[in-house]
This record gives sequence, structure tokens and C-alpha cells, in this order.
Amino acid sequence: MSKRKTERLLGLVVCLLSTRRYLTAEQIRDAVPGYPEQDDLFKRMFERDKEDLRELGVPLETGVNHPFDDDPGYRIRQQAYELPELRLEADEAAVLGLAARVWRRAELAGAAAGALLKLRAAGIDAAALDGADEHSLVPQGIEPRLGTPEPAFGPLWEAVRDRRPVTFSYRAAGRSDPQQRELEPWGVVNRHGRWYVAGWDRGRNATRVFRLGRIAGPVKFCGPPGRVTVPDGADVRELVRDWDSAPAQEHTALLRVRNGAGVGLRRHAVSVQADDTAEGWDLVTTRFGDLGWFADYAASFGPDALVLDPPDLREAVIRRLKGVLA
Amino acid sequence: MSVLVTSTERLQRLLALVPYVMSRKSVGLAETAAAFGVSERELVDDLNLLWCVELRAPDPYCPIDLSYEGGEIVVSQAESMGRPLRLAVDEASALLVALRMLAEVPGLEDRSALSRLIAKLEAAAGEAASASAQVAVQVDIPDEGAEEYAAQIRSALSAGRRLHLRYYVPGRDEATERDVDPMRLHIVEGRPYLEAWCLRAEGMRLFRLDRVLSLEVLDVPSAPPDEAQPVDVDQGLFRPSPDDVPVVLELSAAGRWVAEYYPCESVADLEDGRLRVVLRTPDTGWVRRLALRLGEDGRVISPPSLVADIRETATAALANYVVLSAVHAVCLRKLCPPWTPCRLWPRRTSPCG
Repeated sequence: MSKRKTERLLGLVVCLLSTRRYLTAEQIRDAVPGYPEQDDLFKRMFERDKEDLRELGVPLETGVNHPFDDDPGYRIRQQAYELPELRLEADEAAVLGLAARVWRRAELAGAAAGALLKLRAAGIDAAALDGADEHSLVPQGIEPRLGTPEPAFGPLWEAVRDRRPVTFSYRAAGRSDPQQRELEPWGVVNRHGRWYVAGWDRGRNATRVFRLGRIAGPVKFCGPPGRVTVPDGADVRELVRDWDSAPAQEHTALLRVRNGAGVGLRRHAVSVQADDTAEGWDLVTTRFGDLGWFADYAASFGPDALVLDPPDLREAVIRRLKGVLA
Repeated sequence: MSVLVTSTERLQRLLALVPYVMSRKSVGLAETAAAFGVSERELVDDLNLLWCVELRAPDPYCPIDLSYEGGEIVVSQAESMGRPLRLAVDEASALLVALRMLAEVPGLEDRSALSRLIAKLEAAAGEAASASAQVAVQVDIPDEGAEEYAAQIRSALSAGRRLHLRYYVPGRDEATERDVDPMRLHIVEGRPYLEAWCLRAEGMRLFRLDRVLSLEVLDVPSAPPDEAQPVDVDQGLFRPSPDDVPVVLELSAAGRWVAEYYPCESVADLEDGRLRVVLRTPDTGWVRRLALRLGEDGRVISPPSLVADIRETATAALANYVVLSAVHAVCLRKLCPPWTPCRLWPRRTSPCG
């Protein structure tokens, strides 16, 4: 960290905030201490400083005072700079503190901390934000957490925020080789604790959903900001829900389940009755959606469960078990 | 001074410091340092830097005037820096996404503070709030039961009561009975969990609400022992111990999901999209069940005792089907008169086959 750079940037912000007129680069160099004499050095440093301020979210405006001015000038409009007046009740501040802790250690934790800093600076009670307030109305003992273990989250969030297309290498479920995909990302969604990105797949010419954990290697931008248009009515939550949800449970299975075993099968059973034809066993009727998935599940109970019906389900379970011994 | 802080990060702090003090008229050095997470020395450096800011043109002047005599900071002049910078897109999104997630948490009685706060923040953030609509977090509410359990747990927490749980352990396919002293209600990875001291296991345990079979608030005060320390869920829900058994599994491309669902100690790519993973577990029962469900898509390589156990279990399961088909063959010949309800296949009225 350079103290001189911090001083210079601070001077630049104060200078541009206190002017109503646009100041040219030359005028800024005269007013703000710390810029070099040499023109090319100054130019480079000033460019970098402007970029740094914009990255911080400082609304730097460019314009001219008169239509005849040659050089563009700069200013920061107070109204665009300032956080609008914001008053929070004690219960609201306490909820805010809880919200900021949701991201602890995850990708947006720094952003959440930065937001809290600004809100404290706006006069909001810091103690309430920290949850130290005795009279906090937040239910005691509730600690929601959000993780972002997938390395692809950071770049994809930036791409969604800045509306930039991306490319990445993706290994679809059950495929042996990853494939290169080009995506216009519309949004990221967390479902069942996993992150997904939904958008327009340029290669497939269709809407697609990708699981971030299956992205292999880096996510690269492949276009400038603002190049992605999210269509009206596109609901990323719904896209991911449709992609991820289990099929409707429209089939019925009949299993013979050993007494006292198969708790998982009995939990969601439609009916359980003693099997008069087999001592020590129950007949369990249950519903299922996907035959392959349910065959896997039934096989996991080993000798404690036996599929009687339907025959194709029974055959699938037998195949799994033979596969174990193969 | 921390070397990790960049110039822009420090600038951010300085820009917040002035309005922080101004909105409080005057504020102590120690309190301010704590609020900004810096030492008092670092804070004094910041204040000196602010006080030294100077603009040279058109006439030289110092825009910021402040003092911190007697440990009390007062800003007497700050030009146009009296308000904090507005929220950046990332900042507004981090808070709004988290708040909307909180709104989905089961068992929250008073949601009005949440919705009021969301509305205020959206208004204050303006355009910066719009990107947050592109991030969504869904909290799983498995069924109405979990919402009810969450409410019961909340009331047990506030009344300080012990709970009785019937809890399903899928790894062992067991319904367990236990008394627990509730500590916290978590949302981790989109699922609600109860963190509690389990009297049966004599340890802290996390219980997934969708695996609770039934729950009862007991007329007994909750009394977790001193050693009942909160679980640091940020470190992950499953933390294997070095004493656990290492299990080596080979997965086909279709079995790769195992590496996504279970925390693996190591994951190595083999040819054809196959994987070799190492898991550590204190209880290999669930690995046996996993191997049965994977069939040919997963093979346990070691330990040898588990390999033998899995083969034995699969053989026993297949033997059941052999018996079934033998009975079936008999049935085809004799037991089932055509087009009548079958005794062995109760749901069928057609001939077996």
C-alpha cells in the first residue's frame, strides 16, 4: 500500500466533489498534490486513478462546461456520490447484521462488510449491526450461512453483474469428456446448497442451466460488458428449479421389506402391511418418479428389500446387484 | 499497519470515516477503531492523513478540519464528504441476496422487519440494487413438517427446553431415538439444521430437519454442558478425523456425482472420465449402501474387509431374487389360476409372466 497514492486519490475525490464545473486534467494536476510534472507520466497515473475510483463505485462524470471546450473535464456530482438518507429501526438494523453474516468467508463477504461500513458511516447503530444489542428482535439462535466453494462463482457473478458473455469447459453429468461452452449468463441461483448459472447457450442456441461445480478450469469473458440482454420474463429461479427437480412420482412400486429394516422406504410409503406369504417381511407400496433412480435406491437396501413389482424395476435392481459382483 | 490493505481499500475506509464521525457529532477513538476493525494507531494515522489533505488551486486550502483531543474525534469541516459513498453493486447485492434468503428461512415469526429493510435498502441502493435480482438463493423447505419442527425448535430455544427426537440416519437406515439440548437453528447449503447437544452421543450434533421423524418439546430444562461448543459450520459439515477408515472408490463417468456429493480427501482423474476418490469415514455402513446403489458405476478398492462385506451383501440380495423367481416359477405352474388376484403378487390380476 502506498500512503502517497491514498493521499492523492483522496485529494482527487475531495477536489472533484467540491466543484460544480467540470475540471480539466490540467486543472486537476494544479489542484491535487502528488501528480508528476512530466506529461506522459501524469497522463498514465491519472488514467489509473480514474479507473481505481470507478472501481470503487465513485460516479466520475465526464463533460465540458461550454460546447466550444476542446478538453473534456471531470466532476463528481454530490447527489450521485452520496448514499441517500437511510434510517433504520432497531429491529431492521439487527436483521441487517444477520444478513451480513450470511456470507461469512464466502465470495461476497468483503462486499457485505463494505456495505456495513457505509451504513455505519451513515449513522446506523453499529452495536445493533453486530448483534450485540440486548434487545435485538432477531430470533435467537438462527444462523443462516451461504457458501461459495465453487471457484467459478466469482467470475460468473461478475459476468452476470456486468452482463458479459463467458466461455468455460463443462463436464455434463455422466459424460466422460468436458466440452467448451459459450454462455450469455442471465443469473446465478443457489439450490440445495449448490450454485447454478442459467442463460443462453450460444453453441446450442437454447436456454441452458449449468452446475458451477461441474465447470472444469477457468471461466473466461468473451465479450465486453453490456453485451448480454436478459429477456423480459426470464426467471432464473424457475429455470434452475425445472432443471433440477425430480420427475413427478407417477409410478407405483411394491416391495417386500424385512421387518424392522428399510426405514427410508417405509418413511415415504403409501401403505405398509404384513406379508402373509412371507414370515418376517412386510409389503410396502410406494411411489416413484424415475425408474433408474429408484432402482439405485432400492438396491442400496441390499437383502433387506426385494422389489416385487413392476418387473422392469425388479430387473433394474438385479442388474445393479450383478454389477456389484461383476 | 496491515500490509494487505491496498490504497483503494484504505481510501474506502477514509471516505467512510468522516461521515461516521459527523453522524455521531463526536465519538471515541477506541470505539471508532473497533467499528472499522483497525488499531487505534492505524486510526490516528487515518485521521492525520485526512487532516493533511490539501488542495492547491485556485487557492491553497485544507478542506477537512478535525481533532481527536482527549480521545474524542470531532470533525468540524468536511466540505462535501459528509455522507458516505453510495453502495456499490456488489455491496447492495451481497446484502439483498442474503436478506431475500433470510425471508425464506422457516420458523421466522416476524418477517416485517425483513421486508421493511429490503424496501429501504432497495431504495437507497437505487440502480445498484438491480443486479441482485439476478442472484437467487432457495432455501429448501422439504415439507410442511419441517416448518412446524422449526417453529417448535424456536420455541424450545427461547423457553430453554430439552427436545426428544426421532431421527432418521440414512447411512445406517435407522430410526434413532434421542434427547437433545438445542443450541442453534442453522441454514447451511440451503437446508435447515438443528445444532444440539446430543445426550445419547454425548457430543454436539447437527440434525437435518428433513430427517426428523418426530419431535417433542420436553418439560425438562435444556442444560448443555460447558463442553457443548458451537460447531463451526463454515469449515464444512463433515470433518473427517484422522482415525477414520480411508475408503478408496473407483467411479465410472456415470458415477462421478459421488465426488460432488461426498467430501473426498482426494479426487484423481483416470481415463475415460473415470475417477478414483478417497473418502474417510468412521462408519463404512453407508459406503456399503452407496456401493450397492452404484452397481457397476462404482467399485470399492479398499479396505479389503469392506470389499468382502459388499460382495457378501450383494450376493445375499441376489439370492432373495433367485428364491423369488423359483417361487414365481412354481406359481406360474400351479398357484395362480389365470385372471384371478395372485397371492404372491397381490396387485396383479393377470397371469404371471
